[in-house]
Amino acid sequence: MSVRIILLHAGVILALFLMQFLASDYVVLTFTRIMVLAIYALGYNILFGYTGLLSLGHAMFFATGLYGAALGVTRFGLGVPEAMLVAIGLGIIVSTVIGAVSLRASGVAFMIVTLMFSQAAFLTVLYFGDYTRGDEGIVISDEFRRFSLFGLEADLANPVLRYNLALAFLALAVAVTLAVIRSRAGHVLVAIRENESRTAMLGYDTARYKLLAFVLSGAFAAFSGASYALMFAYAGSTLASIQYSIHPLLWTLLGGAATVLGPVLGTALMFLLVDFASGFTSASLLVVGVALILLVLFFPKGILGTLRQRYLPWLP
Amino acid sequence: MSLLLETRALSRSFGGLKAVEAVDFSLSRGEVRAVIGPNGAGKTTFVSLISGRIAPSSGSIVFAGEDVTALPAFRRVQRGIAYTFQITSIYANLTAEENVALAAHRPGTHAGRDYLARVGLADRAAQRSGTLSYGHQRLLEVAMGLALRPKLLILDEPTQGLSDSEIESFIGLVRDVARDATVLLIEHNMPVVMTLAHRITVLDRGRILAEGRPEDIRASDAVQRAYLGTG
Ligand SMILES: Nc1ncnc2c1ncn2[C@@H]1O[C@H](COP(=O)(O)OP(=O)(O)OP(=O)(O)O)[C@@H](O)[C@H]1O
Ligand SMILES: [Mg+2]
Repeated sequence: MSVRIILLHAGVILALFLMQFLASDYVVLTFTRIMVLAIYALGYNILFGYTGLLSLGHAMFFATGLYGAALGVTRFGLGVPEAMLVAIGLGIIVSTVIGAVSLRASGVAFMIVTLMFSQAAFLTVLYFGDYTRGDEGIVISDEFRRFSLFGLEADLANPVLRYNLALAFLALAVAVTLAVIRSRAGHVLVAIRENESRTAMLGYDTARYKLLAFVLSGAFAAFSGASYALMFAYAGSTLASIQYSIHPLLWTLLGGAATVLGPVLGTALMFLLVDFASGFTSASLLVVGVALILLVLFFPKGILGTLRQRYLPWLP
Repeated sequence: MSLLLETRALSRSFGGLKAVEAVDFSLSRGEVRAVIGPNGAGKTTFVSLISGRIAPSSGSIVFAGEDVTALPAFRRVQRGIAYTFQITSIYANLTAEENVALAAHRPGTHAGRDYLARVGLADRAAQRSGTLSYGHQRLLEVAMGLALRPKLLILDEPTQGLSDSEIESFIGLVRDVARDATVLLIEHNMPVVMTLAHRITVLDRGRILAEGRPEDIRASDAVQRAYLGTG
């Protein structure tokens, strides 16, 4: 991997690390949230940006992680690290099953199938309201968020720890994404996006590679969802709704599909934009909508995608 | 010479149209076989059945001693059947080199360079393949076929759109390839066919009309009427 690629990504992580010493508590909290959700977008981008598969149902995997972790600590007596691992494991299992079924479809049919599955998952969350507490949600009390790991005591209610943990998770997610897209499999995913039938006629098992991308994105979503639940002490059905399937798509498009850092940038920008707009108008979503339209007009490949096209051809 | 490929009563119809009908066909290792026939004779359909790109209505295909009829296309490619598309199917957004590296199953490396050089596209390695001229895209198709290092290389009208000099070097290339692969060549250009083919199979309306050495085919009345009469 070339030096400047490593420097760029390490630089972004370093900048985020240094930011906590300068920013207000509010900004630190916002960026904790951004970083956790950016993991979701990073995974979505592997499927959508690199493999060319548009899912409208990834909220179900986000919710799998979210509820897996929330119920894990509150109902099943798991510690925080165990709950994280279980939640990610569940995300992998659920996305393998859903992927195996929905990848039989392609194009618009694939979008509809994933949407339907996700809607079913959402209704399931509501149906089991006794456990999930529906849209009111599970509030995870602080006692469940304290844990010890390698002899160190930790408390997720501590904003500094939370920020740095989110940063570490984001760094891990970026590193995994980079490793994936630069691997042989990563190139095959792009080949599938560019010309699937040709890729099969070159002897690649395209169904297997598509499932790989699907499960990777599902695992990232569950990782993000579990982190979200435990760090912000909450799991509610809104987070399993269609809106949360659309979010990673928008974040990815905004920042630049099929660029590694695009989804991170897109997530951050969208948050800051909503924040900024809601500061002076109650119609903040209108402002966001207009901004999105302008971006699509002037940056059709997203911000980093357009930058790559015009100035930075080496950008991964 | 041992048998590499055999089809038995291979058929494929589209609706009521019998594009390929009860074709018994066999190919020996090391052979260069040309398949000729008028437009719509079923040549592309026939080789698509062999490559697994489309499924037969009935019949069977045996490749290297194994019945591959039920195998998906990608597994047949892995077994050594390479197909180059009549209608160019390359990765238009990727460079020529990236195209061939994918075919060589070593994407992200320079593994494709040798194959580009063999078809005379070495100096185009870094060019986005969608911007190559039509003839060069055809050659890129061939390079991708070579990069698969197949036992059987199926070329579907490879010289379409090539200049005379490109056709000359293409003939040399196929001779070269034929030293370690079997070649199934669909071709309208009769001089190319007569120069390269050990044997010729003539398809007409989905059936084998004749089969034999180039000189016999040229002399055959039936073939003259069905096909060569024009040229
Ligand atoms: N996918 C398809 N659906 C319906 N009909 C088809 C399809 N593919 C081929 N055909 C028909 O089958 C017949 C054989 O077509 P095929 O492409 O195999 O001919 P060909 O010998 O390769 O012709 P050419 O020399 O023009 O390439 C034609 O009548 C064609 O219209
Ligand atoms: Mg044809």
